[in-house]
Amino acid sequence: MQITLRIRRFNPEKDKKSYWGEYTLDKVDSTDRVLDLLHRVKWEQDGTLAFRRSCAHGVCGSDGMRINGVNRLACKMLVNKLGEGEHIKIQIEPMLGLRVIKDLIVDMEPFFEHYRQVMPYYVNDAPLPENGRERLQSPEDRERFDDTTKCILCACCTTSCPSFWANGVYVGPAAIVQAHRFIFDSRDQAADERLKILSEADGVWRCRTVFNCTNACPRDIEVTRAIGEVKMAIRQGAKRE
Amino acid sequence: MQTHEFEAIIVGGGGAGLMAALYASRQVKTAVISKLYPTRSHTGTAQGGIGAALGNLDEDHPEWHAFDTVKGGDYLTDQNAALVLAEEAVSAVIELEHLGLPFDRTPDGRISQRRFGGHTSNFGGQPVRRACHAADRTGHMILQTLYQQCIKNNVKFFDEYHVVDVIRVGDQVAGVIAVNLDSGELHIFHSKAVLFATGGWGRVWEITSNAHSLTGDGNSIVYRRGVPMQDMEFFQFHPTGIYRLGILITEGVRGEGGILLNDRGERFMERYAPKIKDLASRDVVSRAIHLEIQAGRGIKGKNYVYLDVTPETVNRYLAEAGETRRVTREDIESKLPDILDFCRTYLGVDPVKEPMPIQPTAHYGMGGIPTDLDGLVVLDEKNTPLSGLYAAGECACVSVHGANRLGTNSLTDLIVFGRRAGKHMAEYCKSAAVTPLPNNPAEEIEAELERIRTANGKTKPYQIRNEMQQIMMKHVSVFRTADGIQEAINVLHHLQDQYHHDLMIDDRGKRFNSDMFEAWELGSLLDLAEVTAVSALARQESRGAHSREDFSKRDDEKWLVHTLAYREADGSIRLAHNKPVDLSLAAKDEKFKPKERVY
Repeated sequence: MQITLRIRRFNPEKDKKSYWGEYTLDKVDSTDRVLDLLHRVKWEQDGTLAFRRSCAHGVCGSDGMRINGVNRLACKMLVNKLGEGEHIKIQIEPMLGLRVIKDLIVDMEPFFEHYRQVMPYYVNDAPLPENGRERLQSPEDRERFDDTTKCILCACCTTSCPSFWANGVYVGPAAIVQAHRFIFDSRDQAADERLKILSEADGVWRCRTVFNCTNACPRDIEVTRAIGEVKMAIRQGAKRE
Repeated sequence: MQTHEFEAIIVGGGGAGLMAALYASRQVKTAVISKLYPTRSHTGTAQGGIGAALGNLDEDHPEWHAFDTVKGGDYLTDQNAALVLAEEAVSAVIELEHLGLPFDRTPDGRISQRRFGGHTSNFGGQPVRRACHAADRTGHMILQTLYQQCIKNNVKFFDEYHVVDVIRVGDQVAGVIAVNLDSGELHIFHSKAVLFATGGWGRVWEITSNAHSLTGDGNSIVYRRGVPMQDMEFFQFHPTGIYRLGILITEGVRGEGGILLNDRGERFMERYAPKIKDLASRDVVSRAIHLEIQAGRGIKGKNYVYLDVTPETVNRYLAEAGETRRVTREDIESKLPDILDFCRTYLGVDPVKEPMPIQPTAHYGMGGIPTDLDGLVVLDEKNTPLSGLYAAGECACVSVHGANRLGTNSLTDLIVFGRRAGKHMAEYCKSAAVTPLPNNPAEEIEAELERIRTANGKTKPYQIRNEMQQIMMKHVSVFRTADGIQEAINVLHHLQDQYHHDLMIDDRGKRFNSDMFEAWELGSLLDLAEVTAVSALARQESRGAHSREDFSKRDDEKWLVHTLAYREADGSIRLAHNKPVDLSLAAKDEKFKPKERVY
């Protein structure tokens, strides 16, 4: 099939403002990834096109972007999910809410800054088991936070959130997901501190339960639910279920 | 040009680099430089598990793990390294748990373990549950946990800085040169020690499980500065990559009971490895798949076979084997969620209902930058060190994987040898003096990058890369012959000529010039492809992942030695075959002596 890609372009060394570039690709397979199309544009037509990518199968989190108006990983979105027939158009833009550096590359620093704010690391200062072995955890306790361990920090959720667009100081869904992963880990000891951070003005209460984050997550994490659980934990004074 | 001063520099933010960073940063001023955000590193794609003889579910011992590692490596493994790996694996996995890694748990709360190819009990007996796992995203959990702990410990990161050269002053290292990808500016990192942990170079081949960014930069950087490449002819083809895409399907699928089937519905591994069948070593299984396809027994006559993990098939074979265990659809869903997701997303195939089409995929370099057991880079068969230079993880060759790596041992390698290298590097930095920088250390690399950026020939980088990947896939993959390898070398020489004299680049800018960096990375790939092919041509035997149709037997008389490939001043390659394999376990125990390898 034939594809017309409309790509939002911006080169900081040349352009005063961004513009749409149009590229036509022939002999596209319906099972090609959007990333394959971007590579074909870059390799065959215009080497200046800039985007991030690495693993190409939805695990590294590099190639989050806005595809036909929704946040997706380019390597996990197949052409056949975007239309049928001999000719389709696909529109690609950088993620919203973060400064565009070049073409589809946005400044990830504010995103990682929010990540670092929520103590996204395991804290347990209790003495280690005397037998030199692992701390024990029941399969049920392990299951409790399984969903949020899947996060790959691609920023698809945070940059699809209207509250984040409206005010970039909001820590955003991804940071809350990271906090959730530790708050509900029975081995961790810093839940109270994280809940305190997230109960502040820039924390969970800016979430308006729009569900964009859940829809955007390429790892199928129930992001809105995780945020809801954190809200509940704050209300209950950090008492775990 | 900005100059930064650190005591220890770590290049690469994957498992080995971050583990080393955690240790080094406790004692000396350390920075991690990575061309990606560290959480994008390829450690995160490792699936099935990390091998350690915890013995949580089956009796197990480090000596058994060491034996499997040596046998899996077809006896090219340095036995002292295998013992260190197996012994320290236990404390390494426990340490990861203490750092918060969410391993799956046994009913009594301990770390859960599963079976994996080539891991056996009692020196080559039955499959043993040794792979410690967190669903089928163990590597993701390791990468996340280590990165989180680095954040907790305020490790200094330079993200999206691309290291392009190492500063070598005689037999000392004085730092690295890197480009800030955003600004395009060169930076000098002046340090007492440098650790390369830059991962693999699977992008040399057409069908690969490797990320686009796995271009062997660290290897080619040090190779160009006089460090030999060891055992590069040994590159692992993982038997189960998704047909045409190469995306990895973990061996854990077979660990959970999955079966390989040919077009006749035959479980063909029964013929190639009667004892442990589908759980034989990866090289053995990849060859079996190739032979089935060659004999016309690929699915519909094409170049793939089926991997079947549907409960009906798994349970049928479990019953046949007299096992009481049965699996349900839910078991498969909970144990292999990512695998199901990959197949559903990319193939429209649902593995709990139908088999997955798979073919061998270029996966892992057993060879690399030669190091001692502390990650210190060595220059020759006498283990002469290059002071201050370290390597760990896939880019390094300890050599613990020999001629073929066992599944789960790559993650073990990252943690065990990343930790050792980090510790040793910190100790070194505490006593070593700073080597002064030479004048204009970035002069050469600046000129080379400028040549690429302004190149106005006729050949685009992707054309050269495609041709390299195709010829390497055709002639330097699972099976090899002298004629084929020679043809590949001839093509590579032509491509190198094009690369140096006829390159065409579109992007003349400075900022995020990925056109230029993809071309620079292609230069690394071409170096490593040539070293691989030349090393493969010279080794006239078949051992592990190196299978010569014209020399089909292993030849311990002549070839129980490591290969060292040096770059000469004129760019040609000089090979040395005088570095002995460590056989220290065999000296004490008959069981470790090289013998025929059957599974």
